[in-house]
Amino acid sequence: MFQPVLFYLFSLVAIVAGLVVVSSRNPITSALSLVACFFCLAADYVLLDAHFVAVIQVLVYAGAIMVLFIFVIMLLNLRDDIPVPLGDISRRSMVGLAVAGLLGVGVITALDRSIADAKVPDINAATYGTITQVGEQLFGGAYTLPFEVVSALLTVALVGAVVLAKKEI
Amino acid sequence: MESVGLLPVLAVSATLFITGAAGVLTRRNALIVFMSVELMLNAVNLAFVAFSRQANTIDGHVFAIFVMAVAAAEAAVGLALVILLFRNRVTVSLDDLNLMKG
Repeated sequence: MFQPVLFYLFSLVAIVAGLVVVSSRNPITSALSLVACFFCLAADYVLLDAHFVAVIQVLVYAGAIMVLFIFVIMLLNLRDDIPVPLGDISRRSMVGLAVAGLLGVGVITALDRSIADAKVPDINAATYGTITQVGEQLFGGAYTLPFEVVSALLTVALVGAVVLAKKEI
Repeated sequence: MESVGLLPVLAVSATLFITGAAGVLTRRNALIVFMSVELMLNAVNLAFVAFSRQANTIDGHVFAIFVMAVAAAEAAVGLALVILLFRNRVTVSLDDLNLMKG
């Protein structure tokens, strides 16, 4: 009974932080809320026995990617979002929220039907989700070629980012 | 030890995904739109991990790691685009980008 309580606690904080991300006027507030959300999701991963994914979440997401975001926000020295005329805000927000609401109804009706009483299988908590198991799957299983493709993708993204952001090549 | 079931995890994942989608559809600041996309990717990762545990396989974890790599690539290129945009137009508002009449 200890694990579900912790899960609900971290999930609640993650959802609140997510709401702050999309509703804050100040990009820095958004970015820091997103870091909080990522940390809470990392805790959720630990509770779901995904230890390696949790570590990568903190290192790559909350660490590297969010540092990049905050660096760019501070580099551009962005002020708060520029206010727009009220009619414009409500029209845009209404359409956006209506689409998101429809999406939400779709997702939640899909949730209800089959998985409400799915039983959690007995997993071997000592080995499941560890770096050994993930690594064996990644390098010894069917995922070796996708892994190499991802490395090529990262190289292309690196070169692309430099080409885009550099003034003169 | 009792652990949390599949439904609550998927509910959290769906909530985060919809929050991110609402952010993408309603905000005008390009950086906040990017952050909302990251939120959606994380929601999907949570669902991957939950299904992976439910099926007692490790494939979902591998997919989550791939999603993170793709998110890193997307953030790098996207933020380079934002910097380029800011240098040329001195704005990050998506409403000001109407060159292609989209």
